[in-house]
Amino acid sequence: MIRAVLLFLLLALPAQAVEPDEMLADPVLEARADALDDELRCVQCRSEAIGSSNADWARDARLMVRELIAGGATDAEVLDFFVERYGEVVLMRPRAEGANLVLWLAAPAMLLLAGAISITYLRRRSVAAPDDGLTTEEQARLDELLGR
Amino acid sequence: MVTNATGCRLHGCATWARSGLAGALARITLRLMIVELGHFALVLAFVVAIVQMTVPMIGAARGWRGWMAVAEPAATAQLLLLAFSFSALTYAFVTSDFSLRLVTLNSHTDKPMLYKVTGVWGNHEGSMLLWCLILALFGALGAWFGGALPERLRARVLAVQASVGVAFLAFLIFTSNPFLRLEVPPFNGQDLNPLLQDPGLAFHPPFLYIGYVGLSMAFSFAVAALIEGRVDAAWGRWVRPWTLLAWVNLTIGIALGSWWAYYELGWGGFWFWDPVENASFMPWLFATALLHSAIVVEKREALKAWTILLAILAFGFSLLGAFIVRSGVLTSVHAFANDPERGVYLLAITGVFMGGALVLFALRSGAMESTGVFRPVSREGALVANNILLAVSCFVVFVGTMWPLIAEMLWGQRLSVGPPFFNAAFTPFFLVIGAILPLGAILPWKRARLARSMSPLWGALVLAIAVGGLAYALTSGRSALAPFGIALGAWVVFGAATELWTRAGRGKIGSKLRRLGNLPRADWGKAVAHGGLGITFIGIAALTAWTVEDIRVAQEGESFDVAGYEVTLVDVQRVQGPNYVSTMAEITLDRDGAEVARLFPEKRVYPVAGMPTTEAAIDNGVFRDLYVVIGDPQENGGWAVRTFIKPYANWIWAGCIIMALGGVLSLSDRRVRVAGSARKPKAPGVPAE
Repeated sequence: MIRAVLLFLLLALPAQAVEPDEMLADPVLEARADALDDELRCVQCRSEAIGSSNADWARDARLMVRELIAGGATDAEVLDFFVERYGEVVLMRPRAEGANLVLWLAAPAMLLLAGAISITYLRRRSVAAPDDGLTTEEQARLDELLGR
Repeated sequence: MVTNATGCRLHGCATWARSGLAGALARITLRLMIVELGHFALVLAFVVAIVQMTVPMIGAARGWRGWMAVAEPAATAQLLLLAFSFSALTYAFVTSDFSLRLVTLNSHTDKPMLYKVTGVWGNHEGSMLLWCLILALFGALGAWFGGALPERLRARVLAVQASVGVAFLAFLIFTSNPFLRLEVPPFNGQDLNPLLQDPGLAFHPPFLYIGYVGLSMAFSFAVAALIEGRVDAAWGRWVRPWTLLAWVNLTIGIALGSWWAYYELGWGGFWFWDPVENASFMPWLFATALLHSAIVVEKREALKAWTILLAILAFGFSLLGAFIVRSGVLTSVHAFANDPERGVYLLAITGVFMGGALVLFALRSGAMESTGVFRPVSREGALVANNILLAVSCFVVFVGTMWPLIAEMLWGQRLSVGPPFFNAAFTPFFLVIGAILPLGAILPWKRARLARSMSPLWGALVLAIAVGGLAYALTSGRSALAPFGIALGAWVVFGAATELWTRAGRGKIGSKLRRLGNLPRADWGKAVAHGGLGITFIGIAALTAWTVEDIRVAQEGESFDVAGYEVTLVDVQRVQGPNYVSTMAEITLDRDGAEVARLFPEKRVYPVAGMPTTEAAIDNGVFRDLYVVIGDPQENGGWAVRTFIKPYANWIWAGCIIMALGGVLSLSDRRVRVAGSARKPKAPGVPAE
């Protein structure tokens, strides 16, 4: 049982990524392929991109990315190719459409909400603050310093 | 007692031959006894924790002093029992007692002694026992150093702390008992996961657990305060050292984990946004927010309800982290115990403690009257901004981590949320934090004028922009990202230095330096921690933008050029290690004809665990790391060789350690103040904070 777990871990072990024999000769195309390697998830592994996994599936996927790019596909077309075959689970960056909008908009929405709440709070604190009055502790400290 | 490794290697046989049957029998009996006593102590600790949870709580409610006084000896007893239990388990690992199931599964006689010891917590059950031990340690520290606390509050804090202990001890004893025996002990064990046989990872969990579990003290204080229905400046002063202690350890733990990933995983990444990493990062973000908001409670009697909420959430996310790591609901490269039953139990613990605390919060937080008043532009206002940014950035990490689970549960859609999302959605928050930090840190309390507060900082800003410009010029404008990040980091560092310098007041350099030395440790701690953050910014920006990577097949004896370095694969050899076989390459890096580094990257196979690991070889430098990895043999007789030039890599972890050091400095100041009761400190001529 534990052996099976270890073997599974082994499959998912992030190790070497791109092998020398996979790389494209053209550095511009290889750079594009390299960037795409980080956007695609290895479906055989746990949570790794094909660019950082040494599983067989990841290797095949990297070779496929390079084949498509060498054949003149745009980055979007490469991603579409994979999504068509394996579903959205291969994308490391979920598309900002449909329900995923919730994921992408969660942060801005939360920030707005927090901003609104804190502005109300700050207003309330501020209205109560006279411009030149001292707080009780400050008054006490001042008295102490002045020896009163 | 069998203390030497050879004695235990053959299950006492060697010892038999040496000292006769009777002596050996006595030793074996003792060995059995120690482990059984450890088991017994664990159960006893559970019972003591139940007493500590109930008696002082009832005493505090009824005002019975005798009942409240039970908390302190109970906390001490619980700690001693768990310490004994943990020692017994360690003893079983050290002596390779394979009659224990846990030892068989996670140890081996050939394993180096260091990893026999660290193997105790390199697995689910042992790490849970360590978790309970640290919980009890914090409880006992609270009992010993809580003398200045009001009696009732102290009893309640310790009772709440014990209730967390009861939940985890029950979890440990009933679902993950480390002391289970095997009916037929094998001759040898199955070895610890080789990835964990590493100094960086060996000490990563204890720091992390002190961090996670330390936040339970903040939680206990928050719940106790809610039960009392009162939060005042003194409460802020009491809760801060505990949070600080947890935060320091959490920072070190996360840095160690990130450093380990950098050198062990073989391609020099330092952060992967893996669910388990996120599980440790979320409590850190909340703990950081809590540290800052507790200052406002302490100094200005404001933000009380919010601070209580943060204390609850910070520990809540520690619990959630335990659930994520140990249940396996979120698949991760790290997860080491995937068991649905444990997952359900941990989810129940999280649910009960969070649910209970939040209900209490909803009922009582109205009573937290804030008395401090302030203008939006003030230190308080800046700390509010800090808290919003930290809390919302944590929310981003939370949503991103849980989203695949949510999508699959609610509409059956399988999704991945990976680094590209987090980098895009999380980073902006820390950019803004860095941008406003130096000014926010220098604003006076209550009300401030921006122009006046900004005036000492113009120099730092100009200098930072100059540093960024220099970085841009030096790299022939390849990417604007690194220069921007470096300028931001420099702004934070120079800002922290400026703040200290201003705080030293006016006058001659000599007297300024003297006053600088006399500043409260807390002021130094604050500046040092902020400076550390800036250094981490610089490291991340430079490493991300400027790493040079070369991947190729090289023959033995072949040389090639990488970014001005002449790299030579000298040879590749097979080497036998204590419990592994290694393929070790010798690689030299020359610059301008002179040798810069001679490195020995390895590929190891651990036969017992049946698992290979990559051991990158790194020449560490202040301004760059040379990082080489040896890959697989190729068909043409060559070897895959990876060479990375990683600029400023060490600044990332150095920054984290400096941050933690800032925390320690601040802590050393606080301790004095906590011990020195509630009287006002004798202030120097210059106002502190």
